[in-house]
Amino acid sequence: MTGLVGQVQIRVTDSTLRDGSHAVHHRFSQADVRRVVAALDRARVPVIEVTHGDGLGGSSFTYGLSGTDERILIRAAADSSVNAKIAVLMLPGIATMDDMRAAQDNGASVVRIATHCTEADIAIQHFGLARDRGLETVGFLMMAHSQPPEVLADQARIMADAGAQCVYVTDSAGALVLEESADRVAALVAEVGPDVEVGFHGHQNLAIAVANTVAAIRAGATQVDGCTRALGAGAGNTPTEVLVAVLDKLGIVTGIDTLALIDVAEDVVRPLMDAECAINRMSILMGYAGVYSSFLRHAERAAQRYGVSGAEILLEAGKRKLVGGQEDQLIGIAVELAGGGRT
Amino acid sequence: MSRPETEDDGSMSAVAARTQTKVPAAIVGSGNIGTDLLYKLLRSEVVVPRYMVGIDAGSEGLRRAAALGLEVSADGVDWLLDREEVPPLVLEATSASVHAANAARYEEAGIQVVDLTPAAVGPYVIPTVNLAEHLESRNVNLVTCGGQATIPIVRAVSRVTEVAYAEIVATVASASAGPGTRANIDEFTRTTARGIEVLGGAGRGKAIIVLNPAEPPLTMRDTVFCSLPSGTDHGPVVESIEEMVAEVQSYVPGYRLLTDPQFDVCHDGTNSDRVAVFIEVEGAGDFLPPYSGNLDIMTAAATKVAEEFARHMIGASR
Repeated sequence: MTGLVGQVQIRVTDSTLRDGSHAVHHRFSQADVRRVVAALDRARVPVIEVTHGDGLGGSSFTYGLSGTDERILIRAAADSSVNAKIAVLMLPGIATMDDMRAAQDNGASVVRIATHCTEADIAIQHFGLARDRGLETVGFLMMAHSQPPEVLADQARIMADAGAQCVYVTDSAGALVLEESADRVAALVAEVGPDVEVGFHGHQNLAIAVANTVAAIRAGATQVDGCTRALGAGAGNTPTEVLVAVLDKLGIVTGIDTLALIDVAEDVVRPLMDAECAINRMSILMGYAGVYSSFLRHAERAAQRYGVSGAEILLEAGKRKLVGGQEDQLIGIAVELAGGGRT
Repeated sequence: MSRPETEDDGSMSAVAARTQTKVPAAIVGSGNIGTDLLYKLLRSEVVVPRYMVGIDAGSEGLRRAAALGLEVSADGVDWLLDREEVPPLVLEATSASVHAANAARYEEAGIQVVDLTPAAVGPYVIPTVNLAEHLESRNVNLVTCGGQATIPIVRAVSRVTEVAYAEIVATVASASAGPGTRANIDEFTRTTARGIEVLGGAGRGKAIIVLNPAEPPLTMRDTVFCSLPSGTDHGPVVESIEEMVAEVQSYVPGYRLLTDPQFDVCHDGTNSDRVAVFIEVEGAGDFLPPYSGNLDIMTAAATKVAEEFARHMIGASR
């Protein structure tokens, strides 16, 4: 497992400090970021994502205010990494190109640009700017379960033509099941490969994030995401340390030091967590109903505030086909469930 | 604010005043927005759509306008400025670059312009917020759809208490987001945020736009959050919001609150309170489908501005 950097087959991006931000109410401190980045870097994780859970500019009433300005966190991450690249997430409509420039100025070298999986064309200008500025680019097609493979492939083509160097099938709701992941990845590989890589980002709602990721790799994905100790939105993400162990056993080379990463999960990341990310009623329902993972904490809060069922809020969100970014509507749903609607 | 009495100089606005007829207007841009404007202006008591100008002779919008009795042309603004009777009012629904090129020519021809593009040659106008200050501005811009829907609420709050920060989320149906919006979505977020500050009266503004592809398409929804000084009395805030909603409804009938304003204490260390306002904007369905309230509020606001311009012209000519 050592010294195989030249033979790496699969590139793993660890999103603990981005997707995990949801699970800590966007309260990562500079010290947290320095400790996690240094540890992941020592375990030879090649890419580490650091941003508000909803990406650059996500600090807001709608998505939760950041405890520390993300530019400071990005700078801390870049300063703490020897080899790993620092990635940031951005959602056009929330972040602007100014935010992307600022992230790069603070040391980010990879930008992952995410849209709902039918709206890739709103990111064209951002991919263009990122490439012009020499940033490595990754496209994220969010809520990928909601569209069939051929639609995703068309959207991946838009991102590829705009300058994406990799396009991810992003299972934001943890709703994809095995072949559904593989078929989507295969469709993207057929459309944009081999010039453009294909990636997979999974969530644990149905307890198959690692299995989905393996299926995605077998279908041609060459970049995959995880969060150490699964620390992420909703039920949590593909646990990076488990994924790497499984890939190791399958003989798929990631270049990551598996044993070191297992220690990072236990000794560095677990102490940052209020609680383990749980596969419970709310999170299973999200995967089952196809609800955006980041809605979990917002739905819990709104349920508590208005004395209604969080599960009902999530099911209503699924029924209304809410997409990522519509966290504001969860409050409205809660008010309506509590009988406070005006219509 | 009223300008000095003017002579009856035979201009079209003067003629309108003398004969108590309507002020003629031209619609520049014959796409979906221009066509929806056409139907709204046809109902106006003070403005009459006289010309429609496009650049595509096969345009459905031009065909409809001609059938409804307008003089139409696919020869662009050159044709319009060549008319024997140049209209005193233009409503432009083309693109930012086209409007930027046309603006100086309208100015030279003495035409007052309502600009629905993002060009922002003239000052931003929200009818319920600052239209009265701009009745003589030669060119005004309508900010953004999200701005038209949310800035009135921010203003309603900031006129009764201090709003250090306001944030809005506009969710629109994917089908109602045209290629211009998609190609430059940053423009929406920046312009709307600036409008929240300058017109809404918030210390700092933030705007978010989300496109949702659900079928059937969802009706435009907007959420407005305003921070409030800790301990703010809710009553006057609610009253001011209700008044503002009624005012917007006078020209956008499908504009409504989904819930009562929701008050919370922020747990962000800023020691402030917060009010959240949930809005739905259903379009009138004149030409654009009712779910696209985001487009309807622009054409409705444009019509409102054009009508107030027309009333001011008629008043000034009397």
